[in-house]
Amino acid sequence: MKLNTLFGEKKERATKIVLRSVDEYPEAPISLGTTLSNFTGSWRTFIPIVNEDKCVKCYICWKFCPEPAIYIKEDGYVAIDYDYCKGCGICANECPTNAITMEKEEK
Amino acid sequence: MAEYKPIRKVVSGNYAAAYAVKHARVQVVAAYPITPQTSIIEKIAEFIANGEADIQYVPVESEHSAMAATIGASATGARAFTATASQGLALMHEMLHWASGARLPIVMVEVNRALAPPWSVWDDQTDSLAQRDTGWMQFYAENNQEVYDGVLMAFKIAEQVNVPIMVIESAFILSHTYDVVEMIPQELVDEFLPPRKPLYTLTDFDNPKAIGALATPDDYYEFRYKLAKAHEEAKKIIKDVGKEFGERFGRDYSDMIEKYRTDDADFIFLGMGSLMGTVKEAVDRLRDEGYKVGAAKVRWFRPFPKEELYELAKKVDGIAVVDRNFSFGQEGILFTEAKGALYNTSARPLMKNYIVGLGGRDFTLNDVRKIAEDMKGLIERGELDEEVEWYHLKR
Amino acid sequence: MIEIRFHGRGGQGAVTAANILASAAFKQGKYVQAFPFFGVERRGAPVTAFTRIDDKPIRIKTQIYEPDIVVVLDPSLLDTVDVTAGLKDDGTVIVNTEKSKEEVLEKLKKKPKKLALVDATTIALEILGLPITNTAILGAVAKATGIVELRYIQEAIKETFSGALGEKNARAAEEAFNRTVVYEL
Repeated sequence: MKLNTLFGEKKERATKIVLRSVDEYPEAPISLGTTLSNFTGSWRTFIPIVNEDKCVKCYICWKFCPEPAIYIKEDGYVAIDYDYCKGCGICANECPTNAITMEKEEK
Repeated sequence: MAEYKPIRKVVSGNYAAAYAVKHARVQVVAAYPITPQTSIIEKIAEFIANGEADIQYVPVESEHSAMAATIGASATGARAFTATASQGLALMHEMLHWASGARLPIVMVEVNRALAPPWSVWDDQTDSLAQRDTGWMQFYAENNQEVYDGVLMAFKIAEQVNVPIMVIESAFILSHTYDVVEMIPQELVDEFLPPRKPLYTLTDFDNPKAIGALATPDDYYEFRYKLAKAHEEAKKIIKDVGKEFGERFGRDYSDMIEKYRTDDADFIFLGMGSLMGTVKEAVDRLRDEGYKVGAAKVRWFRPFPKEELYELAKKVDGIAVVDRNFSFGQEGILFTEAKGALYNTSARPLMKNYIVGLGGRDFTLNDVRKIAEDMKGLIERGELDEEVEWYHLKR
Repeated sequence: MIEIRFHGRGGQGAVTAANILASAAFKQGKYVQAFPFFGVERRGAPVTAFTRIDDKPIRIKTQIYEPDIVVVLDPSLLDTVDVTAGLKDDGTVIVNTEKSKEEVLEKLKKKPKKLALVDATTIALEILGLPITNTAILGAVAKATGIVELRYIQEAIKETFSGALGEKNARAAEEAFNRTVVYEL
């Protein structure tokens, strides 16, 4: 499955910053980049799968996703950015039509 | 550069501070009133009400909130100011670390006032010195002129090294005493103090960032080092700005310790703040009577000017350290600092600590004379009677 | 350096008097310092305030213990406060009172070199309609000591109180100047 990309090019450019010497640190303790470079997709045990036959485009899952790793595609259906989805299952729990199911994922 | 024609006014130390805030074109003030600081922020509020100053004034419900709001304002890139005293400063303590840790060039006027109990509203340096390790720089003013000059220089210095600064004045002895202050015309202040160029701003939405997020043991250490290094680098900036101030306005602040008749002195007084005005006056009178004595006024307590102290200490036989403060279980705080700064040097003058004026007890010309007589005797005998003397104690 | 100590009661304006005198001397080209006794002031309680005047910047930061001039705003204080404490041998005492020289001297612990008396309360009531004597007494200071000219005191008064109030207070000072009687002792 080709991974959907919510953050597009920004994600491509996001690299994890590793600071090796004190001179490389910023002067003030500001966040070093954003969480875009923090790929949490590998944390999952269960993976949410969207069934577009059941999806009614209510976007409740989109609102509830705490990451947020759910986005709305051009065709109006929702999709999940698996680079960031931690597999918490809130989307599946909230979905009123059971269009999202959590399946065991073995990587 | 326009020609400098000072505007001379008779104002209290607190009004001197308020005028400096106006002249520095401060953008945000968040403050909570407390005796003897209140007339600073009242005057600032009056400037705003009269349309004389374009400042966002944030009334808050406590000093903790005052510092929090000042931090927020400074993190957006604004020039931000607050003021407090004593109990209020103590309540701010947690947020003081946030200001310095986030490297925000906030300037605060702190009016030295004794901590309770027993309840007191009078002069005592223990409140500000108890904030020694918060990462703030500390400037102690001797008179109202130094309050005014100190605030203007503090913004210029703080904004170069990105470290907050407390400008400290004495309760009533400065805060409510009217004295002649030379103020600088606005356009010349503007030349001296250009708008702030922030290190970062939270309103840079193209480059979103957070401040003070979690740093693991792998990163925290480096940020502490950066702050330590900024204090070290500030020593040069302080000298440069102090010199520039002198060149522009005739009052030189390039020395972190002001030396008064110390060159050929047998012994010197070392102290901070308003009491050093009385000491300098007393030194003149003692000199007339043949005492070879001088005064060394520590303007900057943080960063601590240990190099300058060494240069002084190696030339004298004795140092009388007058502390209007006390660290329980030890001694006067400046005394500890001064001894520690000299330990790894070859300077070994006889040093005695005089605890004076706690809670505003008047420190007079006669007191300076008695201490001078005591020091002279100790130096002649070549030994201390006691290291720390509670000089003013009723016996 | 000339050191002046004011004795009054909280609310009578002793602190303001000290400040106005300083401003007036400043206008005359002097260096000045003015401050209250660093107390917690309450209306009616005895208060003191201080002014220093000099030709050079004033560095000393202590209270005044040996005044050259003592100014008493409230005559009842003579019974409860030692107003001449520390007064210099050639010192001046200025008292707001309707009593005679002999009656006042009897109450002073130390005899001054110069004594000036003025009924500032009556003047204040006549002109201001209030028994606030701090501006009137400054007219007596100008008359008795000559350290500051009356016109500078009036200027400083008008800067402190704006409009008609300033005019009235300046007039009270002038009236007191005219009515003050000075005794060389």
